[in-house]
Amino acid sequence: MAPPAQSQRSPSPSQPSGKSEVTDLKTQLRQLAGSRAPGVDDSKRELFKKVISYMTIGIDVSSLFGEMVMCSATSDIVLKKMCYLYVGNYAKGNPELALLTINFLQRDCKDEDPMIRGLALRSLSSLRVENLVEYLVGPLGSGLKDNNSYVRMVAVMGVLKLYHISAATCVDADFPATLKHLMLHDPDTQVVANCLSALQEIWSSEASTSEEASREKETLISKPVIFYLLNRIKEFSEWAQCLLLELVAKYVPADSNEIFDIMNLLEDRLQHANGAVVLATIKVFLQLTLSMADVHQEVYERIKAPLLTLVSSGSPEQSYAVLSHLHLLVLRAPYIFSSDYKHFYCQYNEPSYVKKLKLEMLTAVANETNTYEIVTELCEYAANVDIPIARESIRAVGKIALQQYDVNAIVDRLLQFLEMEKDYVTAEALVLVKDLLRKYPQWSHDCIAVVGNISSKNVQEPKAKAALIWMLGEYSQDMNDAPYILEGLTENWDDEHSAEVRLHLLTAVMKCFFKRPPETQKALGAALAAGLADFHQDVHDRALFYYRLLQYNVSIAERVVNPPKQPVSVFADTHSSEIKDRIFDEFNSLSVVYQKPSYMFTDKEHRGPFEFSDELGNLSIGAEATNDVVRANRVEANDQDLLLSTSEKEESRGASNNGSAYSAPLYDASSVSAAASQAQSDSLISNLEVAGPQASFAIDDLLGLGLPAAPAPPPLKLNSRAVLDPATFQQKWRQLPISVSQEHSLNPQGVAALTAPQALLRHMQSHSIQCIASGGQSPNFKFFFFAQKAEESSIYLVECKINTSSAKAQITIKVDDQNTSQEFSTLFLSALSKFGFP
Amino acid sequence: MISQLFVLSQRGDSIVFRDYRGEVPKATAEIFFRKVKFWKEDEEGEAPPVFNVDGVNYFHVKVAGLLFVATTRVNISPSLVLEFLQRNARVIKDYLGVLNEESLRKNFVLVYELLDEMIDFGYVQTTSTEVLKSFVFNEPIMIDAACLPSLGPASIFVGYILTSEIDGTIQMKSYLTGNPEIRLALNEELSIGRGGRSIHDYGSSSGAGTLILDNCNFHESVHLDSFDIDRTLALVAPDGEFSVMNYRMTQEFRPPFRINALIEEVGSKKAEVFIKVHAEFSSSVTANTILIEMPLPTYTSRVSFELEPGAVGNTADFKESSKRLVWGLKKIVGGSDHVLCAKLTLSQETHGNITKEAGPVSMSFTIPMYNASRLQVKYLQIVKKSSTSNPYRWVRYVTQSNSYVARL
Repeated sequence: MAPPAQSQRSPSPSQPSGKSEVTDLKTQLRQLAGSRAPGVDDSKRELFKKVISYMTIGIDVSSLFGEMVMCSATSDIVLKKMCYLYVGNYAKGNPELALLTINFLQRDCKDEDPMIRGLALRSLSSLRVENLVEYLVGPLGSGLKDNNSYVRMVAVMGVLKLYHISAATCVDADFPATLKHLMLHDPDTQVVANCLSALQEIWSSEASTSEEASREKETLISKPVIFYLLNRIKEFSEWAQCLLLELVAKYVPADSNEIFDIMNLLEDRLQHANGAVVLATIKVFLQLTLSMADVHQEVYERIKAPLLTLVSSGSPEQSYAVLSHLHLLVLRAPYIFSSDYKHFYCQYNEPSYVKKLKLEMLTAVANETNTYEIVTELCEYAANVDIPIARESIRAVGKIALQQYDVNAIVDRLLQFLEMEKDYVTAEALVLVKDLLRKYPQWSHDCIAVVGNISSKNVQEPKAKAALIWMLGEYSQDMNDAPYILEGLTENWDDEHSAEVRLHLLTAVMKCFFKRPPETQKALGAALAAGLADFHQDVHDRALFYYRLLQYNVSIAERVVNPPKQPVSVFADTHSSEIKDRIFDEFNSLSVVYQKPSYMFTDKEHRGPFEFSDELGNLSIGAEATNDVVRANRVEANDQDLLLSTSEKEESRGASNNGSAYSAPLYDASSVSAAASQAQSDSLISNLEVAGPQASFAIDDLLGLGLPAAPAPPPLKLNSRAVLDPATFQQKWRQLPISVSQEHSLNPQGVAALTAPQALLRHMQSHSIQCIASGGQSPNFKFFFFAQKAEESSIYLVECKINTSSAKAQITIKVDDQNTSQEFSTLFLSALSKFGFP
Repeated sequence: MISQLFVLSQRGDSIVFRDYRGEVPKATAEIFFRKVKFWKEDEEGEAPPVFNVDGVNYFHVKVAGLLFVATTRVNISPSLVLEFLQRNARVIKDYLGVLNEESLRKNFVLVYELLDEMIDFGYVQTTSTEVLKSFVFNEPIMIDAACLPSLGPASIFVGYILTSEIDGTIQMKSYLTGNPEIRLALNEELSIGRGGRSIHDYGSSSGAGTLILDNCNFHESVHLDSFDIDRTLALVAPDGEFSVMNYRMTQEFRPPFRINALIEEVGSKKAEVFIKVHAEFSSSVTANTILIEMPLPTYTSRVSFELEPGAVGNTADFKESSKRLVWGLKKIVGGSDHVLCAKLTLSQETHGNITKEAGPVSMSFTIPMYNASRLQVKYLQIVKKSSTSNPYRWVRYVTQSNSYVARL
């Protein structure tokens, strides 16, 4: 092909703004536009290529729109395609000029060659110009009826594009109904798949305003549709199979026979080489068997081998996506994977994002039988040249130590880390030894002997320094030099940049003072003086507080600052179990990779098609704490039930609902979490916190507020077998106004009985008030209840937030029938106030 | 659904950029590249294949030095997008023959043609090379059919074998006209799944003939109707390159190399390293492009090497910046031994145990015509031969190292 003439006089090819190049192109396109000379198409091709390459690197070539359109009158298909690409890119910004293209596109939509028809229709529907949609309806209508499947395929996506440009035009032309018909009757599976994609988008977005669309959306996951698609699944492309499987995962089978039918039908999908197909299948299996504990466990066993194969075949990126899911399953049911720990050993050439996941998995599966091997392996990584991974490995050893009963061997290894004399190893190990001592104080003797040999000058990282200082304060009676080391650190107060370290230093000096007053007095004076002069508010306040405490009474100060401690039995988990459940419900999505539920990283409208649980989730987002640290000890009992933790809630949502995956709402845990994180570093604060609830009870009792008399139940009668599916609940909750909103005090018996949401749930059920969603950990619980008036369709919806430490319930009621709202509210409160009494 | 798809060069230039839905900002390519480039400095380690910046999710795979990227705001299946990106690269390679920055730049219009057909409005339509053929106007030239299983063992040694695994794949490259049915016969004494037994139970491996795969999966074109009876796979091979079967085995196998490595102090601020490699395979086979690496103590200042006399294509180097010893050998003939001796000058006294400051030794290699897994393609049959052509076919075995490490 001849190089374009322009290239010789191109002034500066390196100039990226390309203004003069664009002007040049414009001139040349004009010259060629009318030409019929032989070889003109070749010259045009070269010019078009240039235009497209500028477009690709981001140079604005929209000013060529007119010339490009003029040149497009050609039968050369390569030119046509480049022109379509260009027009699609710039039409939106040039609606008037886009009109110029309509003619030739419409003509091409009637071409003999189905490929030209398809291409033209695709380009026509990609213009994204609202006032041109009238030209689109006709060609789309004929496209959907075209006898060539390629054209129909394109037309179906065209309908979806039209919907995004002008929803009303799309709905008025009755396109959704046509798509539904095609979905159930077209012989071509890609046409069917496209109909499904388009309808999911259209009906999900229409459902918020139209009852009919909402019903149509439900029919997509009805038995006839699901089984029609499932029976043909092998004819679909692997990508379309993923789409179908995603849909099947939302289906709620009527009975266990149906569940087994579906699983048998999909069994061989687990052998597919495409990881996306396998993960989508696994999601179906896991969702279907949630309420069948034994089968659910079998599913875990069944999916192990295919997942491990996928992890080790394919590119690191592909295996990362699979490994993230395996990671989720391992953390959920570590005992099922505990004999597979060798699969989680790191390979030296793996990227660090893979190694990090593997380290967490090794930590999770460690148990009595494999801990020795796992810790030995981790110690190899600790000496690794890859420093971030070495650090992670040491942390992993520490975590294993904290979750084991027999830590003998591990403590030795940790202490060896301290002797390795690598700064980062020492730093990580110090933090771990500190945590270890908080859980196993009996090891203090061995640990302190080693820690005492570490020079504080070799410890620079704030976290490690804080840990060392904490130990100096806590064990000052066992460490001869403690007062003098602390004194040295106090002298360098101004050089210490981390406020965390200075806070620890204040507390440690105090503790040391109580144990060895004469030796520490000097350091204490210096520390308090420096603290009072500190520019950091927290440090200043703490110094002032200590100073006044000491002034008031030294022995009380000791009780506050250095009380006897209970060993920590379980350290706070980083994620609450609601969050974990929520992530599990969103299996095979980004939530798993990010280890966050979708509402934490995605706007509502982008959480994926068919996200029925959005609303329930959203209701609570306002109160959602971003701080995930929650009080220690609280999830101890959860380990056995992690695997099936959603199943119990599943049962409570009523047998007949065919709604979506269930998601528990979440609620505010920030008040405790703040306390919990503080408690880790400072005994003082946690002590005060513990006193809190008791104090408030006492005051409530004194004032006689704690025990409101139970009002007599009014004559309102409720249907004891009321049923409501989550989708309807959400819709009603959104539509109805608030009838009652009030705060209500709980009696102490109720507070005491509310150890887990299930307790209240069963109690309310006995009063014909059903729970549709619940969640929470002490002291914050949140419930969504509903009830139905006996022999009437009128529904009552309740949001109930309970804080057990303040003994308050925040209640919001929405009702169909406003006349009975007060009666219902009284009935609800009466039921609630009986909670906790036998 | 996918919102945009683009391919970036190593320097971050967009070579192709396709916006399917107009939902995310145009500047994503720059945002993405900056994030990946500075990931190391900001957050330690390599950027993961999926991350989120300001509500936009970025997915990427690296192929042939190019970055294939997709963006979306939707909470989509990460596996779907990453599998697709990988396949997308594969399809482009099928068309261009060679996939690299240059071939991509030269053919970017063709690549746009492919991208337009593979995805419509963010939904994957097809990734089949032959379906796409009718939409691409630069007709690719395809002539031969080839089949090359390549097998990668991964092993870690600590004097004894700590863990070893073979991840294998039967890779097929086919350009047969008319897409006839192909039959592939594997070892008959092949069994799949290790029912009940612990996966790493080496002691009690069954009779020498039996080949046990822990698990395997298949390309969607493969029919397994007669697989249970005679271990034959039937498939209508799509055009281009693809994996017929991936498998994983932890059954005991003899690793192709044995490595002995030693580091010891010899006087003040001096140490010596010995590495010996023994090739365990038969002398009719030759391994090539062997690279052996070993991290040395960080306070190593100088290293001098003693290579074997008369060694050809044998190089040794000390990488100052990463404090690594790198030993390269062009060829190793089966049954032979090779030794490297290195003298280290240290800038300080050791802390006592120099073994803890160095290693592990890692090794990479390729062994053509060697089959570590013993999984064989007994025959490859084209069921209906076209009358006009008599296609070429050949089967090739390759063993490649994946993660081959010897600890000190």
